[in-house]
Amino acid sequence: MTTFQQPQATESHNTDVALSLQNVTISYGNFEAVKNVYCEIPRGKVTAFIGPSGCGKSTVLRSLNRMNDLIEGCSLKGSILFGGVDLYGPKIDPVEVRRRIGMVFQQPNPFPKSIYENIAFGARINGYTGDMDELVERSLRKAAVWDECKDKLNESGYSLSGGQQQRLCIARTIAIQPEVILMDEPCSALDPISTLKIEETMHELKKSFTIVIVTHNMQQAVRVSDMTAFYNAEAVEGGTGKVGYLVEFNDTDKIFNAPQQQATQDYVSGRFG
Amino acid sequence: MTQTLTHNQAESAPDLSYKPFQRRNISSGALSFLAALFAVIAVLPLILVLGYVLVQGGSKISLALLTQLPPPPGLEEGGIANAIVGTLVVTAVAGLIAVPVGVGGGVFLAEYSRSGWFAQFIRFGTNVLAGVPSIIAGVFIYGTIVTSRILFGNAYSAVAGGMALAVLMLPTVIKTTDEGLKLVPDDLRRAALGVGASRFVTIIRITLPAAFTPIATGVVLAVARAAGETAPLIFTALFSPFWSDLLTPEGIFSPIATLSVMIYNFAIEPYEFHNELAWAASFVLVVMILALNLFSRWLARFAAK
Repeated sequence: MTTFQQPQATESHNTDVALSLQNVTISYGNFEAVKNVYCEIPRGKVTAFIGPSGCGKSTVLRSLNRMNDLIEGCSLKGSILFGGVDLYGPKIDPVEVRRRIGMVFQQPNPFPKSIYENIAFGARINGYTGDMDELVERSLRKAAVWDECKDKLNESGYSLSGGQQQRLCIARTIAIQPEVILMDEPCSALDPISTLKIEETMHELKKSFTIVIVTHNMQQAVRVSDMTAFYNAEAVEGGTGKVGYLVEFNDTDKIFNAPQQQATQDYVSGRFG
Repeated sequence: MTQTLTHNQAESAPDLSYKPFQRRNISSGALSFLAALFAVIAVLPLILVLGYVLVQGGSKISLALLTQLPPPPGLEEGGIANAIVGTLVVTAVAGLIAVPVGVGGGVFLAEYSRSGWFAQFIRFGTNVLAGVPSIIAGVFIYGTIVTSRILFGNAYSAVAGGMALAVLMLPTVIKTTDEGLKLVPDDLRRAALGVGASRFVTIIRITLPAAFTPIATGVVLAVARAAGETAPLIFTALFSPFWSDLLTPEGIFSPIATLSVMIYNFAIEPYEFHNELAWAASFVLVVMILALNLFSRWLARFAAK
């Protein structure tokens, strides 16, 4: 079994911080999507990003494992520290980053392979040499989809329902044993019951992983997250579109019950957005 | 209340019946008839050509035809066996060149450089190449490979013929690979990259297998098209009335008979038996190409499972 070495934190107070965003500005071409984000995402907790559409929360999430590299013209200023290492440093291999910071996407996207191979694929290319059957079972169990899959491991991943597919995708991410799991609106394509199951899964997962989740559903943020970051967008002078920024980042309790900012208060009480 | 309601409805019941002599119905019927007529005219040549070849050539199929060499002019005993083998050899050479290069080019276009100026240039060039008459491909290989004797001093050869056919196959293979890969949802690429796959692994293990059907279909159709080409082979593979010595490299570096060139040569000869051989060769060629097309369809259905 591969054990990923915990990167040594450069400073002692960083040990509880999984990811640290330092003055991050992300632009698509000349257009700034999100600006001046400072944020410290704690280790072993669930952090939710909420905010209206177009506020850049998904953009920030994708920047955390360099998925934005795939988008032409996307650039990032500032730095994102992962265990004290800048993810956008000159010598960083994005493939290595994504092996430690896994991602679950908005649409369930299993590979057109068997359920077993869906899990084994990531582990194998990451050099896993242990008992594959055991890893597949453990990952599926952790993602709470084992009971539905155990009798048809050799069937296509597409044979599952949408909710099951999404949990399969979570299992696939768990199987590469990342330190952080990013979830980009993982329940937006699912019905309430599948959503509930995935939320239960997340409660289990945060015992072993740091989770960052983008969600449009504020109840979901309340139910699953320990910390919440509220993003908003505002029109800039002379600009063409809106620029996103981080309004407030605090314990989920505080964000929803005693927010410091008026904009947060308005958003969580449903007055706009 | 209820009574008045039913009464009202009966009075104003809408007339929804079909009126055949309304203007729009007449024009609709006329245009449907025209479309059907043109459809029949369109498939007529196909049926006539296939039927004529089947009747003229099918009757001459025999074991001797498939196993013997063509006779010298004037004699009346022999077959087209060397040309059948030759067509297979030349097409195989063409496939060996065009498939790796074409699929590689398509992968580059679709996966590495979707909209760069170089990719745009290649795409444009591919479209132009697809429209180039096949004889130009032959002249090109004749000028660069045959007359220069660059292939170990050999002039006309099976390899040169295969290269000419490869030039014709390339655009199809590049295009179908490019288009096939574009159909693979980006979700899959993100999924693979998200579990830490490198770009290379993503392409080899995820996107290429997902696009296997369109690519394989395109390759088979390209092979089928190339197998029937005559013009590029006339002055590259030339012709040979003998067996090619395929057990030594000498065989593929010397002139070789192919079905299409055999048809071209024998159909205009003044000997009746040779004309008959040309018909038989046409029949065999048509059957081979038909089989390839059926194979491509079977491949598509097989992979869809």
